[in-house]
Amino acid sequence: MSDTGARTPETSGVMPPARATVRKADREEVGRSLWYYAWLRLKRNKSAMLGLALVSLIVFSAVFAPFITRYDPIEQLIWTEGPSAQLALPSAKHWFGTDLYGRDVFSRVIYGTRVSLRLAIAATVISIVIGTTLGALAGYYGGFVDDVVSWLISVIFAFPFLLFVITIVAYLPPSDTLVYTAIGVVSWIGVGRIVRGQVMSIKETEFIQAAVASGASDARIIFKHILPNVIAPVIVSATLGMGGIVMLEAGLTYLGFGTQPPTPSWGYMISRGQEYLLAGKWWWSIFPGIAICIAVLGFNLLGDGLRDALDPRLKQ
Amino acid sequence: MGRYIVRRLLAVIPVLAGVILVVFILSTIVPGDPARILSGQRGDPETIERIRREMGLNLPWYVQMVRFYRDALTFDLGRSYRNNMKVTEAICQRIPVSAKLAGAALLVAVPFGMILGIISAVRQYSIWDYASMILALLGVSVPVFFFGLLTIVVFCVKLGWLPGTGYGGLRYLILPAITLGLRPAALIARITRSSMLEVIRQDYIRTARSKGVHERSVVLRHALRNAMIPVVTVIGVDVPSLLSGAMLTETIFCWPGIGRLAVEAVINRDFPIQRGVVLFMALVFLGATLIVDLSYGLFDPRVRYE
Repeated sequence: MSDTGARTPETSGVMPPARATVRKADREEVGRSLWYYAWLRLKRNKSAMLGLALVSLIVFSAVFAPFITRYDPIEQLIWTEGPSAQLALPSAKHWFGTDLYGRDVFSRVIYGTRVSLRLAIAATVISIVIGTTLGALAGYYGGFVDDVVSWLISVIFAFPFLLFVITIVAYLPPSDTLVYTAIGVVSWIGVGRIVRGQVMSIKETEFIQAAVASGASDARIIFKHILPNVIAPVIVSATLGMGGIVMLEAGLTYLGFGTQPPTPSWGYMISRGQEYLLAGKWWWSIFPGIAICIAVLGFNLLGDGLRDALDPRLKQ
Repeated sequence: MGRYIVRRLLAVIPVLAGVILVVFILSTIVPGDPARILSGQRGDPETIERIRREMGLNLPWYVQMVRFYRDALTFDLGRSYRNNMKVTEAICQRIPVSAKLAGAALLVAVPFGMILGIISAVRQYSIWDYASMILALLGVSVPVFFFGLLTIVVFCVKLGWLPGTGYGGLRYLILPAITLGLRPAALIARITRSSMLEVIRQDYIRTARSKGVHERSVVLRHALRNAMIPVVTVIGVDVPSLLSGAMLTETIFCWPGIGRLAVEAVINRDFPIQRGVVLFMALVFLGATLIVDLSYGLFDPRVRYE
């Protein structure tokens, strides 16, 4: 869903030649979508554009990983190139050096974007589906349904996120599906809260009363009239949430849970490389660390920017 | 105020019940028969059967659930699979260790974050504003374990000023406290800034200025006080995360606190300890949010009459 959010403004911005003139004329023009105006605001926000650039960099690396890298991320070059390939310094051949097994760190960092991004997207989709459904039901029907959903939210909220996910993940057979499901099942509460609040306030507006008066069914009102108005805050919270999930996944794999070796995962690379980092062989841990920072920073900046762009009232 | 406190206390009960329920469900989905684990490799069927009976594992689930509620509310959470220590005892032993780290991290985070936030609100769009907001952004974007490693490399390996890992006196506390305090400092800076910006535009601030109140007094007494509510919320909600976020920090710095206990428990598959820590942390969280709620009543009398 955060995908569509990022794409809509982009596609509507595909006519840049006339931009300067359009922007002025456009204030009077009727019929431009909310997304178009949001994109205009987003484009003027430098830090949001930086965030978009960083996120694009990560997405680009994930999609084109085989074309960017020279080596296979799990190929151990000590078998083909001898011991000189072990913990080699960054060089023209190995941009980020190699690790203890002679694997190319650059390839592993680039392929690591796939691991992080896939997990973050899967977990986010799950949390959006659960959060939107339960949040909308609670906000729309109120009463008992609302009590149950709100209770569930405060109960889950009471648990420390990382520990809770570890407890679910650690005792069951490790798999990616398990990890993102566990994260999604725990992290929907953020979206759930926002959707519930939004639906509650939208429910009271005149256009909903009009829909009720004209005999629309509950399902129609929720899906056709209410949810489209909730998309913007959900996109914002999903974007910010993606950064949080990338960070969480890194912490999880750093502690040895989550993505299992030899799949290249940033958190695991940091934890394996840390003793070598302390001994002066810094490249094994530092590059994946920087990659995490870039990804998280990108999602945070973009999320903040989207919030300002989609809800100008919040902007100071 | 009395009625307000009672209402808040009552509101915690269903959440507490839910928390215990979730922990109970977690224990049922964990694979492996506790009786078999306890009796060891050579446990014969009779011993296993005896342990099952003693632990009440042969009872129907609802009886087990009621028993679990009783145990949880009386803090009787069983014994560690590993060294047969009482779970409550194992946790209590670690509380002061973690509290020390969490307290030190707060001592770093609160003043640092608030000062950054106030400066950037008072001097909005200045170089100070940008500098502190960039700092705040980095604070939430750098993974805590990576930052911790970097501090060890810089201050221990390169400069040799401080010990890198271990538990001991003040010197051992500095790096973990900075590492753990980074994220809350960043959050506090951001929330202080936005809350101050909102307050500083209010009429009563203009009034204070126009009647000639000293600028420092305007900022600190008139504005900051009213801007405190969201800040207190963030601090309060973050204290529990200092205990659990400490999982990573404590692991890196070999700090033998509750977070480390949890990680060790998972690695050793010591489920009673694991379950105990999860429950403990949720209780700390509920306690902290309750205190935050009550302090609203102190800071802002309007809240009491809702």
